[in-house]
Amino acid sequence: MELHHGPLDVNEIFGRWLASEANSNFGAFVSFVGTIRAENGIEALSFDIYEPILQQWFDKWQERARQLGGIVKIAHAVGDVPVHASSYISAVFSPKRRVALELIDAFVEDFKANAPIWKYDVADGKRIYAQDRSTPMDGAGLLS
Amino acid sequence: MVKVEFLGPIGRAPMEIEAATLKEVADILKTDDALLGWLPKCAVALNDTMVNDLQTALKEGDKISILPPVCGG
Repeated sequence: MELHHGPLDVNEIFGRWLASEANSNFGAFVSFVGTIRAENGIEALSFDIYEPILQQWFDKWQERARQLGGIVKIAHAVGDVPVHASSYISAVFSPKRRVALELIDAFVEDFKANAPIWKYDVADGKRIYAQDRSTPMDGAGLLS
Repeated sequence: MVKVEFLGPIGRAPMEIEAATLKEVADILKTDDALLGWLPKCAVALNDTMVNDLQTALKEGDKISILPPVCGG
């Protein structure tokens, strides 16, 4: 897991991840890259991350992947990411294709639902919480 | 005393309160009008582990984190 201030350098990260597993005998590598789209007049998206709980979330997925013979990787941006730049990369390496193809789907969807990351639209120099696109985490409402 | 911190967009300074269980934390936070809209949507962590039980006992120095709705990616 790696956090970067500002936009992700996708080529550098892919190159490093592929090199790190070059001799691991994985037959499959599947990735997902999230890129900021220009819409609603935004200049950028901005992200807050709570790293201790993100690390725990990631560690659980790494264990799940390990039990299937694979590994997962993730990179995410902290702070502002301008439109057309990338904020998020997930990847799965596995011995064969099915594990990687199935795991990337579940990994990316659970990331959206339960990774402790908060998104803001940046427009006219203001940072506005993307409330209508955000999802309460599992267990929300305990204190209400 | 336990510390309560509000993550992401809630935009509140941390609080130090006296509470023996999460239920007591809930009772205190619910008296704060500015938090009433957030609490039904927020998950809770105790010392950086997600928790789901209001009866969870607290001890001196515990850290409780309030996590509003998320949207990574």
